[in-house]
Amino acid sequence: MPVQEKDELKSWQRRDRRTQLTVWAGYFVGMMVFVWCWQLMSEETFWDFVWDAPRQAGDMASRMVPPKWGYINALWRAIWDTINIATLGTLMALVLAVPTAFCAARNTTPSVTFVRPVALFIIVSSRSINSLIWALILVAIVGPGVFAGIIAIGLRSIGFCAKLLYEAIEEIDENQVEAVTATGARGPQVLAYGIIPQVLPAFAGISVFRWDINIRESTILGLVGAGGIGLHLSSSIANLAWTQVSVILLVIIVTVIFSEWVSAKVRHAII
Amino acid sequence: MTAATSIGPSAPRRWKKPPLISNALVRWCLWVGAGIYLAIALGTTEVNWGRVLEGVPRGAKFIGGFFPPNFITNLDEILSGLYESIWMTVTSTVVGVALSIPIGLGAAKNLAPAPIYYACRGILAITRSFQEVIIAIFMVKLFGFGPFAGFITLVIATVGFYGKLLAEDIEDMDPVQAEAVKATGGSWFQWINYAVQPQVMPRMIGLGLYRLDINFRESAVVGIVGAGGIGVVLNNAFDQYDYETAAAVLLLIIGIVMVVEYTSGYVRKQVQ
Repeated sequence: MPVQEKDELKSWQRRDRRTQLTVWAGYFVGMMVFVWCWQLMSEETFWDFVWDAPRQAGDMASRMVPPKWGYINALWRAIWDTINIATLGTLMALVLAVPTAFCAARNTTPSVTFVRPVALFIIVSSRSINSLIWALILVAIVGPGVFAGIIAIGLRSIGFCAKLLYEAIEEIDENQVEAVTATGARGPQVLAYGIIPQVLPAFAGISVFRWDINIRESTILGLVGAGGIGLHLSSSIANLAWTQVSVILLVIIVTVIFSEWVSAKVRHAII
Repeated sequence: MTAATSIGPSAPRRWKKPPLISNALVRWCLWVGAGIYLAIALGTTEVNWGRVLEGVPRGAKFIGGFFPPNFITNLDEILSGLYESIWMTVTSTVVGVALSIPIGLGAAKNLAPAPIYYACRGILAITRSFQEVIIAIFMVKLFGFGPFAGFITLVIATVGFYGKLLAEDIEDMDPVQAEAVKATGGSWFQWINYAVQPQVMPRMIGLGLYRLDINFRESAVVGIVGAGGIGVVLNNAFDQYDYETAAAVLLLIIGIVMVVEYTSGYVRKQVQ
């Protein structure tokens, strides 16, 4: 126990000298990196703009009230599109994520050396590219509209769903699988009766969780032209129609809260 | 109970898997509802198939851009964008985590008095309800184009994420240890330092690294609306149909995310 003796008095300390020094050195290096990065950033910042920001924010806020409530009638279609992008995108992702997850899980993959790395690469690349970037690519390829949004959401979500699902598959109880195998079941039967029932609750939870995230993400896809409420947001901002912007922001908040409520309810019901 | 239970392959009773949703009515309503929704949703989704078909060669060209990706022509731009992303990630994670510690402490029900608790929970709810990109648009309006807007955006997003998880972790801590330290007569700061902090620290270091990873990914996105970082380079490349450079940037993002993810996974394993 790290105890320091001073004037015949023993006093307890949390760490001994060596650990204490290591911790301090860690903090010191971290601080240096941070200060260096901060300096790089402040070189590229117009500090006049920054000091002016509070006034600007007040100005912007004053332009946003009162919200132009009538504008909401022009938004229904966009809200519907946004929800569809999230839902259909999630469905597409799930259809593609299930086989990917089974190929990526160590205990179900057909081949650890060949198939698993490919599946893991699909998962990582889908996860590391944000849906907005996918949307940017897809708008260039398939043209602006809801379709690009659905595919963007779908491609982004494959990695997320497949990762969580394959982790769930790797954590299953092998005894059940063994029991089903012992009855003489073939491969697909083991899958259907031994593995799938064990991961089904996790699967349902993951889908709803991702759907909730996707609602949030699909609100912005319109900024690059991929449909949904983001289209109205970017055009209202471009036209400096701040009273419309505030309506859109409120609509987004309500949609996000609604989706969070639904997903919490469903996950609660499953668990 | 005689014929029906006779054992043998001809037994009329067959075992079936129990369904996930045990209530049959709820189950069927869900299926029918999902079917109706899908029909309407697919019916109202306007897809311009002509335009999609037109895009096939472009898609091929985009994929062709990966073979080989062009790192050379715009190397300076790519590198400066990448540096910008990296230091934006570092500063925003540090500042975000530092800010979320007081907010997280305030948002823990077992630590904070009711008014502070509700105020902090309110802050967390507001910071979490908007997507980073929406925040970034407004920050670009306020702070002008450039990395500072991205920095502020990522700080806000980090506070929402980290503060909430910190608060939840503190609420889940073992109250016995906290009480033991309190019983020794420690002051409030000593209590936080010796009873609360050691309990939440391992998980918080892990989450901090995870957030670093997320912030790097997001820094690539906020650039699309002009908030600095590698996203600006990516957006410019797409605008100029320069798919080779775009492919190079995408590969770099994937590579760095993979490296960061593996490193943070390793460090998390060491810490926990």
